[in-house]
Amino acid sequence: MDVSQYLEIFLDETKEHLQTLNESLLILEKEPENKDTINEIFRAAHSLKGMAGTMGYKRMQKLTHDMENVFQGIRNDKMKVSAKLVDVLFQCLDALEEYLEMIQNTADEGTNENEAIIKQLTEILNEESDTEKTKTSVDNKEETSNENEKKFLDIVFTEKEKKRAQDIMASGQKLYGVTVFIQDTCLLKAARAFIVFKAVEEYGSIIKFEPGAQEIEDENFDLDFSFVLVSEEPLEKIKATINDVSEIDKIFCEEMTEIKEEAEDVILAQEIVEENNNSVSNNTNNVIKGTNEKSNVNQPVKQNVNKPVVNRTVRVDIEKLDALMNQVSELIIAKNSLVSISSAESTGLQEQGFHEQIEYLERITTNLHESVMKVRMVPIESVVNRFPRMIRDLSKKLDKKMELYMTGEDTELDRTVIDEIGDPLQHLLRNSADHGLESKAIRKERGKPEQGSIFLDAYQEGNNVIIEVSDDGNGIDVESIKKKGIDRGIITPEQAETMENREIIDLLFLPSFSMAQKITDVSGRGVGLDVVKSKIAALGGDVEVKSKLGEGSKFTIRLPLTLAIIQALMVEVREEKYAIALGSIQTIEDILVQDIKYVQAKEVIHIRGTVIPVIRLDKILDIEPREQEPESLTVVIVQKGDKQAGLVVDNLIGQQEIVIKSLGKYIENNRIISGATILGDGEVALIVDVNSLI
Amino acid sequence: MDNNQISQVDANKKQYIVVSIGNEQYGIDIHYVDNIVRMQKITRVPKAQAYFKGIINLRGEVVPVMSIRLKMDLPDDEFTNATRIIILKIEQHGVLGIIVDEVKEVVTLSSNEIDKMTNDVKDGKNSFINGIGKHDGQLISLLELNSIISEKEVV
Repeated sequence: MDVSQYLEIFLDETKEHLQTLNESLLILEKEPENKDTINEIFRAAHSLKGMAGTMGYKRMQKLTHDMENVFQGIRNDKMKVSAKLVDVLFQCLDALEEYLEMIQNTADEGTNENEAIIKQLTEILNEESDTEKTKTSVDNKEETSNENEKKFLDIVFTEKEKKRAQDIMASGQKLYGVTVFIQDTCLLKAARAFIVFKAVEEYGSIIKFEPGAQEIEDENFDLDFSFVLVSEEPLEKIKATINDVSEIDKIFCEEMTEIKEEAEDVILAQEIVEENNNSVSNNTNNVIKGTNEKSNVNQPVKQNVNKPVVNRTVRVDIEKLDALMNQVSELIIAKNSLVSISSAESTGLQEQGFHEQIEYLERITTNLHESVMKVRMVPIESVVNRFPRMIRDLSKKLDKKMELYMTGEDTELDRTVIDEIGDPLQHLLRNSADHGLESKAIRKERGKPEQGSIFLDAYQEGNNVIIEVSDDGNGIDVESIKKKGIDRGIITPEQAETMENREIIDLLFLPSFSMAQKITDVSGRGVGLDVVKSKIAALGGDVEVKSKLGEGSKFTIRLPLTLAIIQALMVEVREEKYAIALGSIQTIEDILVQDIKYVQAKEVIHIRGTVIPVIRLDKILDIEPREQEPESLTVVIVQKGDKQAGLVVDNLIGQQEIVIKSLGKYIENNRIISGATILGDGEVALIVDVNSLI
Repeated sequence: MDNNQISQVDANKKQYIVVSIGNEQYGIDIHYVDNIVRMQKITRVPKAQAYFKGIINLRGEVVPVMSIRLKMDLPDDEFTNATRIIILKIEQHGVLGIIVDEVKEVVTLSSNEIDKMTNDVKDGKNSFINGIGKHDGQLISLLELNSIISEKEVV
């Protein structure tokens, strides 16, 4: 058989283990004596090694093996965690990630031996006085050894098999009985069993399975399975091989000198006397032992309680979800057309029931939509959990002390957004670390703590998710941007005079406007912030900066929670219908024309103490102006962050759930319209992008 | 196998949908035609290119509609009962509708009935056409769809 079908499991698990290692190493760096963490690291490294070995990735296995030896030393108090050691270990993780990437792309680990790292590891190991590399894990697992759990002793041979086994023994090969217990958190027991078989078959052949091979393949067994192996290799070697497979709880392995009689003796000793050697008696024995077994198995399970419980999950191809999503969209369109029919023909009493059913349908489709959206939601954690490590490395590289504080990692975003948001965030964090935070000396001078702080905060706000990246560093020097802008001919000195600070800071987002004094490999290649901005804009979001010179700066990213279906207010401007996302609407006001004031030749209204600029939608959307303006205008007050604007519309149609459709690639990107939607009557309405208007 | 045979046949013979725009007859490679629909309400898209009439709802999908006349610098469309929107499906670019005055017929042209046009003619609409087909004594200008969908406005 071929292991390629397990490649995906391997990749996922390896990623998980690497993440665990990264996180644990960070903890270990701060608390070198933390035993729990050391154990955790050891476990992860050990599983990694086993998996890589099984899949046949020898170089990866070699590297993890050497890492494991080092962890072993730490665990046995033979060596201390030093800064140098942690550095080397982080290098190992990077190398492993490289292997993983290679495997993901080519199904091959590549040819990089990473000898330098292995050499460093060996040096560290050799520095320690005595390095007796015992595989204590094997011993650990055996400590709980219990005769009852040696199920292989119960394996019943047919006459023919017995004959064959005796022949084998006569020929000088050894016969081993093996029972393997799989951890109860294991999701794919059959796959594990297969990996075990695959591993031992390198040393010999399996002549008997208990339960049968087919049953194991069908996952038709509890937590344990047994087999009889014919091999020339010593017992220890086989045991160690099986032990390398992850998610294995316990292994019992013994050489079998006698086949049946021997096994029977053990049973006799433990159970009631049973004279007959027929299979029926053995079967009953199995049943009795089976019940004994259960109580025994339960004990180790309890010890594992402090381990995180694995969620019951199913992996689904994102394309299948998209297909489901499309169908839900279609359903909502169909529902909307029913709603529009029902409201158009509301006469007579029998319509009552019809309306009720329509409302019921409306509720169901809304719930269905929410459920489907939730399926697509992924916590932002999967993106941000690699950042602490990145900041640590930057801290070393830039020789600045810094710490990353994260909140709201459990905030959820649509899968497609999650995939795209990593790079922009990384950019911003690097920016903060490189340009934001001052060097140690300057921080001291300014009376700030030597250690700089970077914050990554995520939270939900209405229909948006906000991610803030802030630091307590230098802040943005507006004068310096101004000067640079003039130097590069982006703005004229006259323009610079009249520009507000905010507008000047926005210059940072222009292409090729890098503020770094010198170019570093951390940031400052002039591809920074404009890329961040365009990436986020492509996701339907936007970025804002706030900064105070000497105190720090804050980048706020605003992303739409969902991409496909939103609640919107339908409005009419002359004959045309437009949708405005409900999430950005604050209030709706009726304004008398004479209440419109002018500030800097721009129309504004003054409501409850705030001055709000007025945007005439008809003007912006190139609609013929009205011949005669009515006395009162309907104004939809929308907001983006702390900015507001009033959109003048002719009529309000009402609130509706709309499915966002793209305008396609042909029509030139115009920022005012973010998409289109199909209304209940089949008409197409455009969606106004409020964020681009403000 | 089958595909090979078909493409071999295709190499010699191609089917075209013959449409009329103004006084001329144009042929559109049937390979790219997804659908032909009647004229329906087109929703205008503000700030779009002038030759885009807007978007329509094609069975739940939003499809942009282009006026071939405006693209080719002809007088604007006049919608009649015969006006149709031809929905084209072009790999990697997605679905696009073009407005034609009338759909006439489907013809099969073999390669000896087609006069290839060299595309170095730089004057005007010629570059929208990659050949002229002769069928039953009529001339059919064969549309080069790639230049129709390209953003460059040909003057």
